[in-house]
Amino acid sequence: MTAFAAALATAVPDHAQTVSSGPYLVLAALVFTIGAVGLLVRRNVLVMFMCVELMLNAVNLSFVTFARQLGDVNGQAAVFFVLVVAAAEVVVGLGIIVAIFRRRRGATADDLHILHG
Amino acid sequence: MLAVLALLQQVGFADLLVFVVAGATVLAGALGVVLSRNPVHAALSLVVTLFGVAILFVSEQAQFLAVVQVIVYAGAIVVLFLFVIMLLGVDKSEAIEAEPLTAQRPVAILLGLLLLAELGLLAGVHFGHIADPALQPGINAVDTHQQNVAQLAQVIFTRYLFPFEATSVLLVIAVVGAVVLARRPDSVGRAEHEMEEVST
Repeated sequence: MTAFAAALATAVPDHAQTVSSGPYLVLAALVFTIGAVGLLVRRNVLVMFMCVELMLNAVNLSFVTFARQLGDVNGQAAVFFVLVVAAAEVVVGLGIIVAIFRRRRGATADDLHILHG
Repeated sequence: MLAVLALLQQVGFADLLVFVVAGATVLAGALGVVLSRNPVHAALSLVVTLFGVAILFVSEQAQFLAVVQVIVYAGAIVVLFLFVIMLLGVDKSEAIEAEPLTAQRPVAILLGLLLLAELGLLAGVHFGHIADPALQPGINAVDTHQQNVAQLAQVIFTRYLFPFEATSVLLVIAVVGAVVLARRPDSVGRAEHEMEEVST
């Protein structure tokens, strides 16, 4: 995996003039907004979860953009931790969803107003 | 259109093409997640978005994160989503027209537009102050002769060593939590019963 990333790095020369940070940030804002609206609009819990993932990805994209602009790898380290936390979040969240679906079929977010069993 | 032309003069054509194609892919996938009725289609659209973001990571010199993005997100998280969708049998279409709460959708779209305006304003302020010394490569700027993986490893295993160890604890807790949640209540009772039998 490391060798593959290094091969990718050599494929993209450092001195290449690249697209500036602005368009990347606008794209991240658009994806974040789409995710937020989807989270508010959709009723299916699984799709709502996917919208949360969209928002996390938008934030990751802006982290990486600022990391490139500042020449600072700390932003990429933040994305690394976001990835780990997102993985843990999905594991626990899907476990909860499976447990809920086992109790009652066809649960949408409307049916989930009780917390006790 | 004018903005695109101005951008074309500043940057190379290949870079712009990569950005436009990957950006369109990301947006199309994101819209697919929100608009598709079938959860399986939404999950597959999510894969499209994640791949587009990985391409953008590569074009922003974050090669390690691009690889990890594909392996962790597309390889693990979306597969987990698909497993749960198919395990629960909820892969039938959702009645997307039904609106249980009155005026929920218009209000949501209004809030979304408000959020977009706010973020656009922030990005605009950022545009305006692109020469701001706070946005120039500063004291944390790393040696660019090093590879991306080496840079990231150096930061994670020195400055962020404690958070790195904490994430391992977090992952263990998540695994234990998932196992506890996945146990059926009756199997718990049976296990206790078996333990009693063994002890007697």
